[in-house]
Amino acid sequence: MSRTDPTPIERFWNGLLPENPVYRQILGMCPALAVTNTMEGAVTMAGAVLFVLTCSNVIISLIRPLLKPHLRILVFTLTIATFVTIADRLLAAYLYNMSKQLGPYIPLIIVNCAIIARLEICGSKQSPLTAAADAAGQAIGFGIGLASIATVREVLGFGTWFGQWLGWRVIPDTSPAVWDEWVVMILPPGAFLTLGVLMGAVNWIQASRKAKTGAAA
Amino acid sequence: MKSNYIKEAWLVIVLCLMFGAALAGVQGALQPRIDANKLADTLGQIPTLVPGAVSGVPETIGALRTFRALDAEEREVGRVLAATGQGFADRIELLVALDREGATITGLYIVDQKETPGLGDFITKEKWRAQFAGKPATEPLSVTKSGAVRPAQVDGVTGATISSEAVVAIVNTAIAKWRKEAGTP
Repeated sequence: MSRTDPTPIERFWNGLLPENPVYRQILGMCPALAVTNTMEGAVTMAGAVLFVLTCSNVIISLIRPLLKPHLRILVFTLTIATFVTIADRLLAAYLYNMSKQLGPYIPLIIVNCAIIARLEICGSKQSPLTAAADAAGQAIGFGIGLASIATVREVLGFGTWFGQWLGWRVIPDTSPAVWDEWVVMILPPGAFLTLGVLMGAVNWIQASRKAKTGAAA
Repeated sequence: MKSNYIKEAWLVIVLCLMFGAALAGVQGALQPRIDANKLADTLGQIPTLVPGAVSGVPETIGALRTFRALDAEEREVGRVLAATGQGFADRIELLVALDREGATITGLYIVDQKETPGLGDFITKEKWRAQFAGKPATEPLSVTKSGAVRPAQVDGVTGATISSEAVVAIVNTAIAKWRKEAGTP
């Protein structure tokens, strides 16, 4: 069993793209749709997930010999809820505006299945080091997923990238409004459209790659 | 039998105690900062809530947190009441502003809420909050779904009845308390 367990580096790398939570596992769709109309929202959410997932995965890994199979989900949820509450308080204290903007989506990280899945797949089975690498890879992968959606939505919806924090304008102010004022992109339908198109693109790239390697072999 | 339960559940119990202590520590350490953020948010909102106001001065009357809204010459032009109450999901923290006579509501602002995203969170939207400006503060407000006709009626939102009613109830309670504490009829 332990011979075939992925190494920390494999765990980390897998989270980025091969097992990307958004595009490959299709988990954590609620935040992927809800907080991605600005880059700030996407980055804050990804940061909160990085914190929660790393802490929970390492803690669960440390206590894994003590876990009882029928009580493990309870322990997972308890651990996640604790760190989500800490993340929520930290945001309210140090990033008050983002905390208001994200509102209930931060507490809702508790029910993000991408996190409990990692505790079940990696944290409860492997060493703390592997668990930390896994958490970092998955959370960064999640961040890549959110940021890719947010990039499309913020640029088309507001004409900016990190508009609130850095004020970068991507589409010049002087260009016609039809370029950068796609209200639909800021509203929920824009999230579904963007996610669908991007996921289609990811799958298409994957498929054409497979076809190429298949043909070569 | 009893010891069996303990044997099964001791880890959960120990974790609960540890996590509880950790949360209490975090809350204790961060609360002053969070309160300072909320105070800054409140003070920043006062000019938008009370026409003519440029600043606010905190003043606690009885158990009620209020802010005197002052204009550029430091004259009192209105009063902002800070109130909290149960919403659909969690506590709603809001500000309700009254004119100088305490007869008319001049504005409403939601400081903190965790209502259902996409349904109950409309209470934070400018469009919905704007209808509170100009409502009478002399009688309790009520929520209607068939379009407000009387001055003391507020339009609710379909699918979020409880959130609409919670906000109105918090506003009514705050104004009633204010009347009692300030001694105005």
